[in-house]
Amino acid sequence: MSERERDEHSGVDTTGHEWDGIKELDSPLPRWWPWVFYACIAFSIVYWVLMPAWPGISGYTPGILKQSDRAAVAQDLNALHVQRGQGDAMLASASLQQIEADPELQAHALAVGQSVFGDNCASCHGAGGGGVKGYPNLRDDVWLWGGSLEEIEHTLRVGVRSGHVNTRTSQMPAFGRDGLLQPAQIADLTEYVVNLSGRPADAQAVARATTLFADNCAACHMPTGVGSRALGAPNLTDREWLNGSDRTAITSQLHNGRNGVMPTWEGRFSPDVIKALAVYVHVNAGGGEPSVTKVEVPTP
Amino acid sequence: MTVLIDRTRPKTPNAGPVSVAERQREKARPTGLYKARTPIYPKLVHGPWRWLKWALLIVMLAIYYVTPWIRWERPGALPDQAVLVDFDGGRFYFFMIQLWPQEVYFITGLLVMSALALFLVTALFGRLWCGYACPQTVWTDLYIHVERLLEGDRNARMRLDAAPMSFDKLWRKAGKHAVWIGIAFGTGGAWIFYFHDAPQLIRTFWVGTAPLTAYVSCAILTFTTYVFAGHMREQVCTYMCPWPRIQGAMLDDQSFQVTYRYDRGEPRGAHKKAETWAGRGDCIDCNQCVVACPMGIDIRKGAQLECINCGLCIDACDEIMDRVERPRGLIAFDTDAAVAARCEGRKPQHRLLRPRTLYYGGALVLIGGLMIWGLSRREQIVVHALRDRNPAYVRLHDGAVRNGYTLKIANHGFEAARVEIRYAGVPNAVLNHPGQAGQGPLVVDVAPNRVTPLRLFVTVPAGAPEEGSRDATFAVISGDRTRSVETAFEYGSPPQ
Repeated sequence: MSERERDEHSGVDTTGHEWDGIKELDSPLPRWWPWVFYACIAFSIVYWVLMPAWPGISGYTPGILKQSDRAAVAQDLNALHVQRGQGDAMLASASLQQIEADPELQAHALAVGQSVFGDNCASCHGAGGGGVKGYPNLRDDVWLWGGSLEEIEHTLRVGVRSGHVNTRTSQMPAFGRDGLLQPAQIADLTEYVVNLSGRPADAQAVARATTLFADNCAACHMPTGVGSRALGAPNLTDREWLNGSDRTAITSQLHNGRNGVMPTWEGRFSPDVIKALAVYVHVNAGGGEPSVTKVEVPTP
Repeated sequence: MTVLIDRTRPKTPNAGPVSVAERQREKARPTGLYKARTPIYPKLVHGPWRWLKWALLIVMLAIYYVTPWIRWERPGALPDQAVLVDFDGGRFYFFMIQLWPQEVYFITGLLVMSALALFLVTALFGRLWCGYACPQTVWTDLYIHVERLLEGDRNARMRLDAAPMSFDKLWRKAGKHAVWIGIAFGTGGAWIFYFHDAPQLIRTFWVGTAPLTAYVSCAILTFTTYVFAGHMREQVCTYMCPWPRIQGAMLDDQSFQVTYRYDRGEPRGAHKKAETWAGRGDCIDCNQCVVACPMGIDIRKGAQLECINCGLCIDACDEIMDRVERPRGLIAFDTDAAVAARCEGRKPQHRLLRPRTLYYGGALVLIGGLMIWGLSRREQIVVHALRDRNPAYVRLHDGAVRNGYTLKIANHGFEAARVEIRYAGVPNAVLNHPGQAGQGPLVVDVAPNRVTPLRLFVTVPAGAPEEGSRDATFAVISGDRTRSVETAFEYGSPPQ
């Protein structure tokens, strides 16, 4: 060890290190600094004793306090379930109409419905329920299986072409792919369907397709084309088209007979969550179907 | 080997023989960056300013401790506490005024007014706030009083501090700290009553079921009160508080401040009875103004940063002036301009109306007026319209276009209100509300003291020739008041 050297000006020893004539002072640390360090050591010892610290073969030392984050989270979740339980119990005991009519209950249902919808329904129907081509818009008043509260709840429970025993099933045959109709007939039917929705179409083709429609389509879509809720057959006379409204899209649908699938949510969600979801969809669709108060607003 | 801390090193023989010159150099060297606190032992004085300080101390503490216990009847389940910051419910109650979180600008206005009032008072009369009303001053004064009761006045305290530890010293010191902590706990304990229903909290606090924030707040305030008022005292004002540094901008030579009238006092010096006062000032250099000062300063050096304008040196000096049979007021609330005028033999003139006091006063009146105007025309019902954006519009089976809205009706009042809702600006528009049964105008009940969200749908029948969007308004009518909210109707693009 080298001889200590005292710095002339500050009176502090140097470390003996020198760079380009500049010597490093061996100033003591500020007193608070080592005290914080000692406090940290003391804290860590207390922490070892109180809290889980040492890893072992089959786990870790639990510490005197037996602190466990997992247990704390489980406890918080239980508390949350108890807290929400009141609302959920009220949802379970109330009818769908009661839920929708009671502002408190409705607010609870909408909050539950919104989060469940976002996690489970939005991937197909869109975050706002606006739907895309092939996936129904849940915000309008066009409902394949009915838009009343009960019908929405039923659809949610059983699904469409799902594994549920009572699943809703509609069946549009693939007229072209399966060779049930000739391409020319499909072309004529396309014109007929375009005409049904009130758009200009080839009158001769429409006349030719009249019998074709009656024979192949009227069973489900009804002779006038208004569709059937019981069979999930779309109304062909309105302006809403699930799989596209132009001639190409209609021809494609006639040729391929595409059908959508919706999972059954029974068993995945408790009945009160399904109720909340039904109320959420119904309220945001403006009450689903007709039974809506209409107020004429005088315009200036 | 390096030792972590070695404060004894300069003394070790390791440093080698030290010359006398070096030892002297070492002595002259500053020992550190910070100066240790010099203890101050303020002496008790008697006089009008001391009495004013007692009176204000009692008033300030009374306001602080009594306010949360004032009851104020409010309807329903609303809290019956006159002054309450209700974080859980998101409301601020102040007697008949109830503020919602979005009206926090009223609090801002109150703070701006407080600042302006402080500026005005400072410009007129110096740091009266610091001397009489600041919590730091009030609690420090209280603590010094406790200290005085247990340890005696200035001289006794100095003797006690210098004396070796004894039973007498131990119990006096321990007793003082115990009372201090008790007061500190009372301070922290009173603070939490502003945030919860006081009669309920005082019960739950002792049985351990009060919110954690109550205990934490109480602990923090207990600790800071004890440390600030007991141990740091004038250091808080000098080093921690920004206000002394700012106050210089408010003061001018016309501001009334505690002033040593050097025109009268100088030249100072010891005075014997029966000596003539001719050719000398009234100040006998007795130092009583210094020993009375809780900030430990000498007011005869003029206005300075540490001075809190408490006037205790005035009382101390007046006592001496009476004793030496000179007129009172060698130290008094006076202005620099007056002292300067008397020095020059002119008659001093006090000007309270000066540009700066007029600016501060004007701004104070302006903000106060805005506050009163704002509070007086607060709406009981506030409406916001949120238009659905996803999807922005839907086309119904018959080609009609429908927009969805959420109308948020906030009822700031304590009573339920019945409102009628109308929609205007879009031809042939039909307003629907999924929850309402029956025909007739759309009338809803809005619960008091909360926001009622309302889903609404506006439908324009098929065949509307328009595209894009159009401005529209919701009108919410309650009684004879109509509130209009701007929104828009989205027609979208026509169907193919």
